Amino acid sequence: MDMITIPAVNMTPILPEIFLSVLAMALLLINVFIPSGQKSYLGYISFVGVVAAGVLVGAGWGAPVESFSGSVVQDNFATFFKIIFLLSAGLAILISDQYMEREGCNHGELYPLILFTVVGMMLMAAGTDLMTIFLGLEVMSVALYVLAGFNRANLKSNEAGLKYFLLGSFSTGFLLYGMALTYGATGTTRIAKIAAIVGQMTVPSANIMLVAGMLLMLTGFAFKVAAAPFHMWTPDVYEGAPTPMTAFMSAGPKAAGFAALLRIFLVALPTLQVEWSQLLWVLAVLTMTVGNITALRQDNIKRMLAYSSIAHAGYALVGFAAGNGTGAAGILFYMLSYTFMNIGAFAVIILIGKKGEANGTVMDFAGLGFKQPALAVAMSVFLFSLAGIPPTAGFIGKFYLFSSAVQKGYIWLAVIGVLNSAASVYYYLRVMVYMYMKEPTEDFEWTRITPPIALSLLISVAGTLIPGIVPSVILQFAEQAVKLI
Amino acid sequence: MMADPHLLTILVFFPLAGCLLVLPVWKRPAAARPLALGVMTGELLLALWLYASWQGLAALKPILPGYLLVEDAPWIGAFGIRYTLGLDGISLLMVMLTAFSFCVALAVSWRAIGEKVGLFLALLLAMETGIMGVFLALDLALFYLFWEVMLIPMFFLIGIWGHGRHIYSTVKFFLFTMFGSLLMLLAIIALHLLHAQQSGVATFGLHQLIATRLPAGTQLWLFGAFFLAFAIKFPLFPLHTWLPDAHTDAPTAGSVILAGLLLKTGSYGLLRFGYPLFPQAAQTLTPLFYTLAIAGIIYASLVAFAQEDMKRLIAYSSIGHMGYVAIGIAAWQPVALSGSIIQMANHGVTTGALFAMVGMLDERAHTREIGAFGGLWGKIPLWSFFFLLFSMASVGLPGLNNFVGEFLVLSGTFTKSPLAAGLAFTGIVLTLVYTVRLVQEVVFQTERKPLPLADLDRREICLLALLALLVILMGVHPAPLLDLIHGPVKILVGGAP
Repeated sequence: MDMITIPAVNMTPILPEIFLSVLAMALLLINVFIPSGQKSYLGYISFVGVVAAGVLVGAGWGAPVESFSGSVVQDNFATFFKIIFLLSAGLAILISDQYMEREGCNHGELYPLILFTVVGMMLMAAGTDLMTIFLGLEVMSVALYVLAGFNRANLKSNEAGLKYFLLGSFSTGFLLYGMALTYGATGTTRIAKIAAIVGQMTVPSANIMLVAGMLLMLTGFAFKVAAAPFHMWTPDVYEGAPTPMTAFMSAGPKAAGFAALLRIFLVALPTLQVEWSQLLWVLAVLTMTVGNITALRQDNIKRMLAYSSIAHAGYALVGFAAGNGTGAAGILFYMLSYTFMNIGAFAVIILIGKKGEANGTVMDFAGLGFKQPALAVAMSVFLFSLAGIPPTAGFIGKFYLFSSAVQKGYIWLAVIGVLNSAASVYYYLRVMVYMYMKEPTEDFEWTRITPPIALSLLISVAGTLIPGIVPSVILQFAEQAVKLI
Repeated sequence: MMADPHLLTILVFFPLAGCLLVLPVWKRPAAARPLALGVMTGELLLALWLYASWQGLAALKPILPGYLLVEDAPWIGAFGIRYTLGLDGISLLMVMLTAFSFCVALAVSWRAIGEKVGLFLALLLAMETGIMGVFLALDLALFYLFWEVMLIPMFFLIGIWGHGRHIYSTVKFFLFTMFGSLLMLLAIIALHLLHAQQSGVATFGLHQLIATRLPAGTQLWLFGAFFLAFAIKFPLFPLHTWLPDAHTDAPTAGSVILAGLLLKTGSYGLLRFGYPLFPQAAQTLTPLFYTLAIAGIIYASLVAFAQEDMKRLIAYSSIGHMGYVAIGIAAWQPVALSGSIIQMANHGVTTGALFAMVGMLDERAHTREIGAFGGLWGKIPLWSFFFLLFSMASVGLPGLNNFVGEFLVLSGTFTKSPLAAGLAFTGIVLTLVYTVRLVQEVVFQTERKPLPLADLDRREICLLALLALLVILMGVHPAPLLDLIHGPVKILVGGAP
């Protein structure tokens, strides 16, 4: 009888994932012993865990390691994205506590679920095998479905969870089918091997199975990053999900989708770039335009930011369509900045909101500028950054993405991009108009700002402003990160 | 004499530092006002000191020909963006105008702004930094940064302290300018990439990019994008529609700065960046430029004649006056260009003064309608005297400042395009018509409504006397200013004047 030999596996690349998984499971156990009303402690522990995982991840910078026979890798690309995921999770944890307490659903499971989501996302970024990426995606998605419907007592949250689950599973089907077809066409699921085999094909675009696989995978990921015309779920889910989870969903999972997309398309299918570039061109234009035009008319601020997040996915797709180093690095930079500015904006929304998801319209910001000057200034910073006005990270990010399109010769794409950007200014300004130029409709009782949410705001403002003024360091990191792929 | 290039950084960021100082005391007007006054005066003194020593600086021959001071440091290495500031005669004139206009803006809002004073002052100071930066930046990316940054305070200024349909106006103003400037951003990026392709050097520096060889078609597109951004700011007909709204609804200080400075950033951008970077395209578009400028002069003058709101009337007159600046640039000829630049400063002073005066009247009568006044000469003689003086300056009465600019513009343009000069001349007649109507109905005539009006107080007299002195001085003895811009203009046009 043959002995099954277990190959020596290098665990270093997935050390942070293991750490977070163990922590999450431990937290589930600990949860049982913590009386309700004190669940915040779980949040603090998981925040510390996220920071620790960040240190672990950061230590792997510049030291590429491959493991599990090449299905997982620790490279700068993965590391950069993992940092984004951890940041989004950390910030989301910080802003959860106060909101969940208010809505009466501060259940201890929240924090482990966030950690599981992060683990899934990290695997997506680190996976160099279609299967690993798929598994990561599923781990992430399943946890997210629950998080979207986490506010059990709220009908809209339930709707969000269910809708996300149904549409999400549907899109996962597309993705998996695409992967299967790609496997059929190339005989492997390893990204590097796919690249080699496709590279040897004389005319890869004539291989129907491969092209169909590519299209289906694109569809699946386009759903995850909320690109038009696969964005229909976004507004409802973003509006219905608990606000901190909306913030989290709009930053982390979107970035994870881009991580997987970038790795699959740029590493495995560069020979098909002519084809997918054109597709992405159309997708980017659609996504930006649909997102921005629809956002113009939204009164509910979460819905507005949902459409704005669609638009932002569109800007990132501009860099993707360009498909060059600048574009890829631009996406990395943009996703990082977007994490700060968007979660920051949601943090302010949480503070404005009242129990039962009340006070969630743009009009409810009336008079904020003089009632809570510091908070309004922070919100202004986020909004200016989202609108892409210097000196903020959002501007540098757009600058990067649009230059990649110009570099590639996609002038019209860049022109459509900046016109979109100009249109978007209107709805971001609208919030500012309410904050500074309108009187409050009623004397509102002001919610206390708890230390965790204050910390998250501080981090977000710093993360939005500093890279806007001195972007060099982060730009270098982003450029090193995409060098390997 | 030792000249430290860091002076330019101080010039740009001193107001911002002042803004940060004002913010902590923003709830105490009594502390914030003197603080802001101190910072703005300091800035003005620095600008004047630079002016006093410009000949000494010119003798030192810094890195770039024609520049008095240049500061250069790397900023965003990945893109080749540098922190390059440069001061030449033209920017120095604009810097002085900026520092001065802000003092005027502060003086006119000393009493008029009673609410949220600290925030108002902080925004003014932040805007001063942005505008200084626009006039000094020599790196296109840096220029773009300041170009956008200066909009933000103005947005709040009109939106918070404005009146009438101020929210509509401020959003319109912001969107118009954003739209133009984003396309310019793309053109800047494209130019940068084309240059990198040709020379292998990634740079946004103006003086490196000038050397880029561009095919005629590309040049036209890129210039088009720059032109659009600047034409909106200028504002050229038919892109001017934001201006009357913004002016009418802005607080007086906002109007002073809009007219005095923001419009100048458009013309300054065109002559500093647009023309030097794309000379052939600019040549090709000259007829269009002439046409728009002349159409603007005639159209704005006709519309101004029909206005009932004094502020709106002056806003339209601004469009007309800027039309002369545009013609002078379009002629791209030393005399006309010098005239344009002088006219930029003149217009800033004269129109700023007129806006300030209407603001003073508004404070007293709470209306700006022409039909509400009449016979002011008898009631508030001092106000009437100054108003008459500035109106005459605005018309271009010889001996007062606008005459110098308009004369130079028209005589220079005449050598290039007699037709354009001739048509522009008719504009002067139209200007006379609506200005005389304004003065006649407000200052003379008989009293139409019994308004209790007090004449100017000491603060206002000081301010207006200073402005009047400038108007006369620049009209009678413009030579020092012409000397100051002579060298840079020669370099820009590339020939002996």
